[in-house]
Amino acid sequence: MYVYDAFDRTLVAERVAEFRDQVARRLSGELTEEEFKPLRLMNGVYLQLHAYMLRIAIPYGTLSSQQLRMLAHVARRYDRGYGHFTTRTNIQFHWIKLEELPAAMTELASVGMHGMQTSGNNVRNITTDQWAGVAPDEIEDPRLWAEVIRQHVTLHPEFSFMPRKFKICVGTSVHDRAALRIHDLALRMHRNEAGELGFEVMVGGGLGRTPYLAKTIKPFLHKRDLLSYVEAVLRTYNQFGRRDNIWKARIKILVHDLGPEAFAEEVDAEWQVIKDGPLALDPAVVDEIATRFIYPDYAPFGDNPPELAETRRSDRRFAAWLDNSVANHKASGYAIVTLSLKPEGGTPGDCTAEQMDAIADVADRYSFGEIRVGHEQNLVLPHVAQRDLPAVWRALDKIGVAGANIGLVSDIISCPGLDYCNLANARSIPIAQELTRRFRNIDLQRDLGRLHINISGCINACGHHHVGHIGILGVEKNGEEFYQITLGGKADEDAKLGTLIGPAVPYGQVADVVEDIAAAYLELRARPEELFIDTVNRLGVEPFKERVYATR
Amino acid sequence: MRLVENGRIAEDRYVRVDDDAPIPDRVPVIVSAKRFQANAAALTRRDGSVGVLWPNDKRVAELEPWLGHLALIALVFPKFKDGRAYSQARLLRETYGYRGMLRATGDVLRDQFHFLVRAGFDSFEVKKDADARAFTDVLARYSVYYQNGADGRAPALRRRLQGGNPVPTTGETV
Repeated sequence: MYVYDAFDRTLVAERVAEFRDQVARRLSGELTEEEFKPLRLMNGVYLQLHAYMLRIAIPYGTLSSQQLRMLAHVARRYDRGYGHFTTRTNIQFHWIKLEELPAAMTELASVGMHGMQTSGNNVRNITTDQWAGVAPDEIEDPRLWAEVIRQHVTLHPEFSFMPRKFKICVGTSVHDRAALRIHDLALRMHRNEAGELGFEVMVGGGLGRTPYLAKTIKPFLHKRDLLSYVEAVLRTYNQFGRRDNIWKARIKILVHDLGPEAFAEEVDAEWQVIKDGPLALDPAVVDEIATRFIYPDYAPFGDNPPELAETRRSDRRFAAWLDNSVANHKASGYAIVTLSLKPEGGTPGDCTAEQMDAIADVADRYSFGEIRVGHEQNLVLPHVAQRDLPAVWRALDKIGVAGANIGLVSDIISCPGLDYCNLANARSIPIAQELTRRFRNIDLQRDLGRLHINISGCINACGHHHVGHIGILGVEKNGEEFYQITLGGKADEDAKLGTLIGPAVPYGQVADVVEDIAAAYLELRARPEELFIDTVNRLGVEPFKERVYATR
Repeated sequence: MRLVENGRIAEDRYVRVDDDAPIPDRVPVIVSAKRFQANAAALTRRDGSVGVLWPNDKRVAELEPWLGHLALIALVFPKFKDGRAYSQARLLRETYGYRGMLRATGDVLRDQFHFLVRAGFDSFEVKKDADARAFTDVLARYSVYYQNGADGRAPALRRRLQGGNPVPTTGETV
């Protein structure tokens, strides 16, 4: 956990006071809705179809049990008893009343939480691997670097009114679990030939109506230069990004229009001027931030304790969960547990206040009080002793978050869609819910293996449909909901955009189409171990397309 | 519109001169970028201060040779949301070392004040009178900032290192 100091706390408190004043001016009529809009957007407050929505930042997806309990309290006191975890690892509440917003924010501030920069044209919540600090394949904890950047860009005097929002992602592992290349700016740590640590800098990724994967503009950036280089990228974008057309305002369009080389030259010219200035990160500066990350004091347990094998033998459901939802930890005797927020018939990412409280209790007892949020809209207990896994499983099962479906076909990423969002063209949640019913059989799911379905209710692609193994995009045709299906997308270290298989299908046929695709895969795969994505890569989309449209 | 300078409402000493109008003698003037660039040598020699209204889509590097002779640069916020001039301001102050007055013009509202000040502006054409009157109060809302800026403050990352309490004990900002 990162521990806030008086400095961090003061800033959040002052921000809440300012927002309280802005809400009061809006309620008194001194501010029009038009004038209030950019102000509320700088605090994570959107006006949706039915009510105001409040989005709370969860920096790099790390939560304390105390913070999770506060989120439960806010859900209960100010909303309808639940919250929604997003693909940006934030949480949003969809039913907040404007006049109660300042009170909710004051309560959140008491645990260091806020909505700053969860909306607006600034640097958004910096995301990273939900297994940060515990993954065996990690070089060092990416949250340290995410925190350095977070502090620097919070209420930045120059970058709070950029052409469009700006998403940064930091990865430090061999395997990319954070979808680096779909971000405006992605930083991948690696070692150069001299053995020094630094970052590959990639820019211009993003989905939406013009999807691009980020392109490398600097293969190796030394750690000390991280902030100055980020500053140079943001300064280049702030000055030259398009502002005449909201659909062309993201940095990906600028990088595409200039070309990555010319963009990199522009950045480099700026960076040469500022790299040795106040933003140079000498080791002492980074060490100071590092001291405020508190790590658990792991007990010297061995791997695979006998009680684990015993429960595994005697309980099939536990065995399935252990295989699918539990991952290796860097400390021996410990495990990383993923909590599925994708129950059958549920809304992906939704979590009730009761579940939040219960998860906080489990985290206190078994995970050193720490919880993570992943971009797949699931939660993680990052430090569970392997000998405690049976007890943890029972506690999680009781509240419905012990699904064994992590990474499987029913572990669906979905945006809120037309049920909540005023940008959406079509519903997403009911599609996800129907799919979880069709694929309720865990044995079928395990047979299908790793298979990511991503659903977006409009072209803005909040559900990351372009990088789903199966991507589903809602569109509107003559007032009716239709869905385009793409195959072969992925967001890992070999990121790729999916390929459209053919004409959009009506709402009522989407689940049938996905079942057809799954059935085709079972027939087409070279052997049971060949993953869905690998079959699509080997054969292309043609055989799937034939299957889907043969009878339609 | 109300002008704020040195933290309070002030009279504007400058006259904005249209491109086709004659330039009055011995009066501080603001001319367009086009007119300034066409006559920079003569304008900077005139008897009386000269300022330039610089659009937000033109590189401030073009002004570099004249910065020592300019008394004022007015940057433009065509809309609240259009933040290009923040970059121009920091470049002028921090990269090119411009010491004259830096004025924010256009859609300037109270909620930009602390960003503007920290980007290096010291003169503000504020759209609403009530916002102009609230200038000092609005700035007092924040006592802490993380970043360095044109205000000469070191980044919080560095200030923490120096062992000092980054949170001020009095009303001053750190």
